[in-house]
Amino acid sequence: MESIKDKVAIIGMGCVKFGENWGKSLEDMIIEAAYEAYEDAGIDPKDIQAAWWGTCFAGHTGQIMASPLKLKYIPVTHVENACATGSEAIRGACYAVASGAADIVLALGAEKLKDTGFMGLPQTRPIATWSYRLTSQTPPAVFAMLATGYFAKYGLSHEEGKKILAHIAVKNHYNGSLNPKAHFQKEITLEQAIKAPMIAYPLGLYDSCGVSDGAAAAIICRADMAKKFRADPIYIKSMQIAQGPREGWLSQKYDFAHVEETWRGGNAAYKEAGIKNPRKEINIAEVHDCFGITELTIMEDLQFSPRGMVKEDVLAGTFTLKGDLPVNTDGGLKCFGHPIGATGLRMQYEVYKQLQGKAGPRQIKNPRIGLTHNQGGEPGAATVSVLITGNELG
Amino acid sequence: MAGIVSYGAYIPFFRLSRSEIAKAWGIAIQPGEKAVANYDEDSLTMAVAAAMNCVSASEAAKIGGLYFASTTAPYKEKQCAATIATVLGLPKDAVTMDFGGSLRCGSNALKSAVDAVESGALTSVMVCVADTRMGYPMGPGEMSFGDGAAALLIGKQGVMAEITNFSSRYHDIQDIWRSDRDQFVRSAEDRFAQDEGYTTAMTETVSAFLKKAGLTPKDFARIAISSPNARQHSAIAQKLGFDVKVQAPDIMHSQIGDTGSAMSIMSLIGVLEDANPGEMVLMASYGNGSDVFALKTTGQIVEARNKKGIKKNLAFKGMINNYSKILRWRELVQTQPAQRPPIEERQPTPSAQWRDLQWDGRLTGTKCLKCGTPQYPKQRVCIECEAKDQYEPYTFFDKPAKVFSFSHDYVMQTVDPPVTVTIVNFEGGGRIMCDMTDREPDSIKVGLPLEMTFRRLYYVGGIYNYWWKCRPVRA
Repeated sequence: MESIKDKVAIIGMGCVKFGENWGKSLEDMIIEAAYEAYEDAGIDPKDIQAAWWGTCFAGHTGQIMASPLKLKYIPVTHVENACATGSEAIRGACYAVASGAADIVLALGAEKLKDTGFMGLPQTRPIATWSYRLTSQTPPAVFAMLATGYFAKYGLSHEEGKKILAHIAVKNHYNGSLNPKAHFQKEITLEQAIKAPMIAYPLGLYDSCGVSDGAAAAIICRADMAKKFRADPIYIKSMQIAQGPREGWLSQKYDFAHVEETWRGGNAAYKEAGIKNPRKEINIAEVHDCFGITELTIMEDLQFSPRGMVKEDVLAGTFTLKGDLPVNTDGGLKCFGHPIGATGLRMQYEVYKQLQGKAGPRQIKNPRIGLTHNQGGEPGAATVSVLITGNELG
Repeated sequence: MAGIVSYGAYIPFFRLSRSEIAKAWGIAIQPGEKAVANYDEDSLTMAVAAAMNCVSASEAAKIGGLYFASTTAPYKEKQCAATIATVLGLPKDAVTMDFGGSLRCGSNALKSAVDAVESGALTSVMVCVADTRMGYPMGPGEMSFGDGAAALLIGKQGVMAEITNFSSRYHDIQDIWRSDRDQFVRSAEDRFAQDEGYTTAMTETVSAFLKKAGLTPKDFARIAISSPNARQHSAIAQKLGFDVKVQAPDIMHSQIGDTGSAMSIMSLIGVLEDANPGEMVLMASYGNGSDVFALKTTGQIVEARNKKGIKKNLAFKGMINNYSKILRWRELVQTQPAQRPPIEERQPTPSAQWRDLQWDGRLTGTKCLKCGTPQYPKQRVCIECEAKDQYEPYTFFDKPAKVFSFSHDYVMQTVDPPVTVTIVNFEGGGRIMCDMTDREPDSIKVGLPLEMTFRRLYYVGGIYNYWWKCRPVRA
């Protein structure tokens, strides 16, 4: 099996301000993200030879994106992998370029969630399964069971567990406060996080990410062409996805204290990229902190912290902007926001900017290798994408 | 001779103190408490619960008929007995019937079952009776009515109480009724209903019965009778010549309430669980007339004492400390809609329900024939060893279980927040995710022992969506 390492590069990216974009339509956001990316790459829209479109809720087919952008009679593929949809758009685009089917392509994800009129995500009943039996699986409840399971496995009291999660919320809110494109740009205190109203016990308001409108885009081309467009392209080192067979909902082997798909996806990505010591070699990670407990367990599943020991790294500030391994420097899902189809691309947007040294007040020191972790589904039944990129070949 | 082979009662977990109702409306306090069906229970689910307390799964597989009786069946046109038979796993040729339309429907069903068995037409019949009647808020019915269910297995083998005599009289009167347009039970002027309805019909029927059978009140150890409230219960017992304290102590009113069509049979179970061999019991129902039965206990009655009758059900309860909960559960007030997608989006389709019921109705999954791993729902390819189509059906509803993880969800749309979502690990293998019911949130912990209970998930598009939930074990 061949590796995709260094065969493909990102030469332009765009991302709108995420949030409650009452005044903007889905089409407005698609256009803003795409044109920022075109401009960043220095290409003409007509240079795009194929496109990948990620959305969960905006409708069927590539028409939804092709129409506002006037992509005329080129291949446009609509992809969906729940909250990992954005990464799936990047994957499709990268593999097309690596295969030689196209040289310059667009990957774009967008979602207009605030027009549903509800809190949380829309619930659409699949026609194919007995989902009408599963009445209460709101995402907060299922992720909350990851917290209950983690606290139980490692003997953390409710208070201890909440405090660790609060540190993650405070960090991500601080990072969000430095980011003009983030949905939430306000710092919070540990006390605020701990005392916030309960969403799904034991997770409170600040342990849960927001639901946002947003769009993000990437222009991807062959690695050997990349420097024609810019001096600082970002190279794909690995691009893996791990899809679980819902084992955790069927089998008692699953402990509800980690996410197996993250562990597997991480290992596969490290192998493809040739990474031996993730904690040392990864310089920045954007991970899927849909809930604080998700970020906590991801740190262990991606081998940044030993099993059951992430608490020490969280309390030591390892994952803050000034720590050894900054995580969610842009505020993460918690503060940048979570428009489902756009999130994977938004994560890559931050890693891309950090690797280019263009992250403004959030810029970390000389990162070379960045990782994005994008998760669809829930603990026990997840779809996890791990994408590793770097600012140098080799 | 046909008689009762087994019994089981079901009393909902939650109780409401009558003083709580009085406090809510600013009316005179009445003593005692009443049993209140949870928001996810109805007469069908309570009948299933009583039936499961009556027979084991292997016993159910041999039953020849199932008669369901209720004045509060969830469907006007769709048989409940067939659903109950499916959930219990009765043979496909079991005779199923629904009885309704009168507070006597429970005893009507019992009489029909006894006749079917006595005649030899059926070897055994399960009679399930349940009611969840609603009185007008602030009215006497709201104070006196309780929710409950009972199940009797009627047969000729292993009888604990033979049914020796029966008689019946009809008595057409507009004393207590509900038209097809009514949500709440109506009643005529108190004195009229009491004197010309209940008292007259009970006196005439029981007197005629005793005369015909050649029996006197002294021949009976205990009586089990329907009655609208504790006062009339004592009054009628006395009028009929029974010693209230010895032969007719109150079983129902102080702790459960008037459970309508289920009342006389629940009372009978309450009597049987204390009875000694060779005792006679008189049972009388009421509802536009009365059905009267005489029963005689056998030596088998002693073995039945540990069954889940009235006492065991009463021992396990949680108090509703806020009357407004009832208004929400019964949807008597409109509350702020949750800012969540409408429940209509989760409407079960008849075809999907039909396809799934044979499995999900009994919480049946698969057990891999190659590696032995139980799994739910049905998996054609084994999660453990990936063997294809090598499985046997495996039921989970009767397996002991424990909480593996849980959450109390405050954002989910429900009339009873929070929703307690649970990962349930079964002894012997297998796991499911489902809601927990009949629980007090603060007492839920990882490792808590659980059992499964058949409930109504929600009602949408004219369809009641029944499935299973877990609950803390009823010790």
